[in-house]
Amino acid sequence: MLRYTIHRALLMIPTLLGVAVLVFVLLRLMPGDIVEMRFLLEGGQVSPETLAAERARLGLDKEIWWQFYDWMTGIFVGDFGISMWTGRPVIGEIATRLELSMQVAIMATVLATMLALPLGTIAALYKDSWIDRLIQVFAIAGLAVPSFWLGMLIILGLLLNFNWIPPLTFTPIYEDPAKNLSQLIWPALAVGYRYMAVAARMTRSTILEVLQEDYIRTARAKGLYERLVVGRHAMRNAMLPVITVIGLEFAFLIGGLVVTEQVFNLNGIGKLFVDTVTRADYTMVQALVMLVAVFFILINFAVDLLYAVFDPRIRYN
Amino acid sequence: MSIITATPEITYKVPRRRHPAMQFVATQPLGAASLVFIVMLFLAGVFADFVVPYDPLTLDYEAMLAAPSAEHWLGTDAFGRDVFSRIIFGARTALAVGLLSSFLGSTIGAAIGVASAHFGGRVDLAIQGFMDVLLSFPIIVLALAVVAMLGKRLVGGIDVNLILAIAIPMMPRVERVVRSSALAIREMAYIDAARAAGYGNMRIIFRHMAPNVVAPYLIMFTAFMAQAILLEASLSFLGLGVTEPTAAWGLMLSGTSQEFYSQAPWMIIFPGVAISLAVFSFNLFGDSLRDYLDPRLKV
Repeated sequence: MLRYTIHRALLMIPTLLGVAVLVFVLLRLMPGDIVEMRFLLEGGQVSPETLAAERARLGLDKEIWWQFYDWMTGIFVGDFGISMWTGRPVIGEIATRLELSMQVAIMATVLATMLALPLGTIAALYKDSWIDRLIQVFAIAGLAVPSFWLGMLIILGLLLNFNWIPPLTFTPIYEDPAKNLSQLIWPALAVGYRYMAVAARMTRSTILEVLQEDYIRTARAKGLYERLVVGRHAMRNAMLPVITVIGLEFAFLIGGLVVTEQVFNLNGIGKLFVDTVTRADYTMVQALVMLVAVFFILINFAVDLLYAVFDPRIRYN
Repeated sequence: MSIITATPEITYKVPRRRHPAMQFVATQPLGAASLVFIVMLFLAGVFADFVVPYDPLTLDYEAMLAAPSAEHWLGTDAFGRDVFSRIIFGARTALAVGLLSSFLGSTIGAAIGVASAHFGGRVDLAIQGFMDVLLSFPIIVLALAVVAMLGKRLVGGIDVNLILAIAIPMMPRVERVVRSSALAIREMAYIDAARAAGYGNMRIIFRHMAPNVVAPYLIMFTAFMAQAILLEASLSFLGLGVTEPTAAWGLMLSGTSQEFYSQAPWMIIFPGVAISLAVFSFNLFGDSLRDYLDPRLKV
């Protein structure tokens, strides 16, 4: 297992390096850099000397591989650079917003998992009945409804029914839990629906598959209560693919937040990404993209390890 | 000779075989129903000019924020534009962008997948490494990054870079699935036979391997149609996809709708319903196509 873990961990290195190179090069292919953009915004004429001086200050005058080298060496000592737009350290800008986004993501995961497991199991046990059909339609609709539109409908519903909209400023949960939840539960519901749908569909199909296995027939044949057959034998063996989907979808949640945060006017990672990507704020976009990619790759890593733990055949392959 | 001519005519019952299309309708009624809806959507998009009661771009300040009525079935927006007409024209945008981008994404992905499986070894390793890099981004993050980096480039009224931005994140996902199907085919005896006959790589890839991965290709293609429509709506909503005054569903949910939707809820309800229905029917059709063609395929 240790051998497999090390091998799998080493495989992440080239991928991460590839991500870094790709982001770095693509950003610099973008027409017009941040210096031009910022001065153009202020209007008026800017002398080429001022532009050159500003570029030198941001380190944009160096050769591209030197810029890459500076960035990479910075990362290793925990220095992600300074936002080219706000002038503040990137790491601080991200940290303040990460708290909000992570909370929404975790709440959505908990909500989705709590709903998806029972719904998926019920659908599988009553396969082809009306209750299965109902759950299936509910789930497939979850894949179709855009989370940002669902968010708008939620706000509209709250406004029309209670003449109330969620608070617009973020309060950390340890300061005022009620206020915090009254703001963040809605976006969590909006992005959680799709998540729930994916997990419920996966639960249904794996449980159906597991119920075909010989050991389920054996369990039933020896007169085990159906509750135990499902709860102990089927559920436990069906969990692996479900956990995988939950893990992978958690990473996708960050993507869902990109759009949904706009609707709820949340100042989170997603909003930061949309804002900075259009401003050519190289340092910020690089850091954000790396953050998301590292997150994604680590979750994949964790899922692979989990598989190896449960299925020893994988380790020796 | 005479013995052969004397052979009595053998009569046996040919098992009744339905046309594959009929078979699909019989076994996948929901899939067939969603296909009907998709066809209607395409017809509405193509013949939008003849379907709509109003021009989707004409401003009518007399009828700003008008509620749904006999004149304006689904109401009007903040500029007095007819919501129904804009939804129909939005179907054209969504389907054009969706079709082009998922065709591009799945075709390139499938071609790379088959080639990667065929060549194997170092080539396969290098391609998979690159695909791993692309797969390290959530779909929308990659699409957003590409859109922001490439900017807009209109060719024939369609933003080519938007299509690329949607196609690029799909490509590695299709590639993975097609590659794994192609790997199984590579071991087949007829591929060895083709190689023994001295056929070149191109001929083996396109004549012998490609036809056998059509099923996963078609399934991925329809599944990504739904994704592409959703992605186009999201990008347009963020102001990075289709831009005003073109009618697009995601765009109808942004801009002035954000300010007025408490007074005029129809402005956001109906475009969202249109997105959901379109994505729903493509998903449903994709699912039934998978059940029909290859039930074991995991997408």
